[in-house]
Amino acid sequence: MTNWNVILNISKTHLLTKIKQTSIAALGVTFGIGSYITLVCFMTGLNTMLDDLILNQTPHIHIYNEIAPTKKQPISLYDDLDGSFNVVHSIKPKLSQKKIHNALPIINYLEGNNEVRTALPQVKTQIFYIAGSIEIGGNLTGILPVSEAEYFNMSDYIVEGSAQDLETTDNGILLGIGIAKKMSLNVGDRVQVSPINGGIFPLKIVGFYQSGVADLDAIQSFTNVKTVQRILGETNNYITDINVKLYDIEGAFPLSKKIEQQFKLTAIDIKTANAQFETGTTIRNLITYAVSITLLIVAGFGIYNILNMLIYEKMNDIAILKATGFSGRDVQLIFMSQAMIIGFVGGVLGLLIGFGLTSLIATIPFQTEALPTVETYPINRDPMFFVIGFSFAMLSTFLAGYLPSKKAKKIDPVKIIRGQ
Amino acid sequence: MSIVLEAKHINKYFKKPLLFHVLKDINFRIEKGEFASIMGKSGCGKSTLLYILSTMDTDYEGELYLNNELITKQSRSYLSHLRNKHIGFVFQFHYLLSEFSVLENVMLPAKKLGEKSFQEIEYDAMLKLKMLNIDHLAKKRASQVSGGEKQRVAIARALINNPSIIMGDEPTGNLDSHNAENVFNIFKQLSEEQGLSLLIVTHDEDFANKTDRIIQMGDGEIIS
Repeated sequence: MTNWNVILNISKTHLLTKIKQTSIAALGVTFGIGSYITLVCFMTGLNTMLDDLILNQTPHIHIYNEIAPTKKQPISLYDDLDGSFNVVHSIKPKLSQKKIHNALPIINYLEGNNEVRTALPQVKTQIFYIAGSIEIGGNLTGILPVSEAEYFNMSDYIVEGSAQDLETTDNGILLGIGIAKKMSLNVGDRVQVSPINGGIFPLKIVGFYQSGVADLDAIQSFTNVKTVQRILGETNNYITDINVKLYDIEGAFPLSKKIEQQFKLTAIDIKTANAQFETGTTIRNLITYAVSITLLIVAGFGIYNILNMLIYEKMNDIAILKATGFSGRDVQLIFMSQAMIIGFVGGVLGLLIGFGLTSLIATIPFQTEALPTVETYPINRDPMFFVIGFSFAMLSTFLAGYLPSKKAKKIDPVKIIRGQ
Repeated sequence: MSIVLEAKHINKYFKKPLLFHVLKDINFRIEKGEFASIMGKSGCGKSTLLYILSTMDTDYEGELYLNNELITKQSRSYLSHLRNKHIGFVFQFHYLLSEFSVLENVMLPAKKLGEKSFQEIEYDAMLKLKMLNIDHLAKKRASQVSGGEKQRVAIARALINNPSIIMGDEPTGNLDSHNAENVFNIFKQLSEEQGLSLLIVTHDEDFANKTDRIIQMGDGEIIS
């Protein structure tokens, strides 16, 4: 039989008459939770941004024809030498075409798979940008601009012009910003490109591309698939790469293995390609949580300390409560409820402060060359963080309150009363 | 006459620092409406006995009956409930919750018992305060009233649940003669008018002589 009204009334009186101590304890929690929210929102915001920087552009599965030596050299087909130790000097890569054989049917096949969001063709080639007598080497990639923008966030990296412009302009080019600077070119100008096998093609600049990686921006440009095919003098089934985006990134590895087997092509999944990247993210998260938990534990000790002192001060009260018929459990509940009230108030304030601080951080300008589309510090305000923060506030105050309140429960009123 | 409190063969030992036999085979009973006092020299075990009788100390041998119900070896939470309902306590020191008002202090045990509504409890508490002539203090903080007044508040608190017995551990020990007289008169009045049983441990011979019965203790035994 617990009379919550009475118990809460007593804890309320205790808390309000010691308002200074109460607020200090609550502020400890507020500070802990507030900094946890701020830290975790800010850190994961940055993490997500950095991840996106790489991962958004990266296909979940990248399919291409790798230049590599044949795994089975002709000698191993020769039965007479079977079982002997063969040494082949100066193995050369197998002569094969750069294009993916039957690329269009493969794309159709992949699009039919219900794991796949999209499969986009690309044509990659080396070219020279020609400025007067100077030739600058570079890469030209033929893409389907609007689809790339839709599925691979291409438009985040287009600083002038748009994917739509590229799609609709025949012989248009999206020039890397590094090349544009070198050659003093502006949107609307023409640039001449020359493929390796000769010939000069003037292309109209419809926009600039800036990935944030300076080395890449100094060589990379984009145009329509058809334009590249025309420059290379190839037919419309000349496709060198297929980029696949899935609904679920976890499916990338098995599907890539399946594609490799089925089509005898190289298929790299995103995790294999960016293994070191994931490690970085994991470690950053680990640091964030380690710091946050330390803050919360410190706040927890603060509460523990204050409740402990409170119980020493209230020895007489505890004795009198017990003498007049309050059970040990009632006394424990009185002190537990005080701890939980401190945790609740401190926690809610902490969430508000966290919310406020993250709102503030989200307005601070953050401009770097590397991230053309980011203007302020990124904040990831996942509701889950607020839930975790609040739960941790309640949990830590529960633990901090539990030990002192257990002591209060066990106090022998006779000893206190007779001790006077 | 019905028996309110009965002790049968109560023995108690202090185990620390040395084994010491404090209470030796205590037998007695308090009847309804009886005003009894326990007298004895310091260290004879009278307070120890009182705390056993009050159910707060459960470390003893023997049997204890409250309203003819055996309460030895009952669970602590049940004992708390019994204490709340049937036993009123007055100590030498006033032991009020200093942060609460006088009225709240008096109401607290009744709120814990939870048998009446808040309004009824408040009405009862005011009635008790009025009976003890301290109703004008009701809204004051417990820490702001004088010693004699505090003791009367403590008596009002002991009375709030209409207990079967009031126990006091030197309730007048810390009061001047005027206030001690006052407290005694209140006890006497309660005993005569309301048929309340009282058991008071005291050093004060004048006080004891005016009670119905004196239980004289010496060296852990009841002498007379």
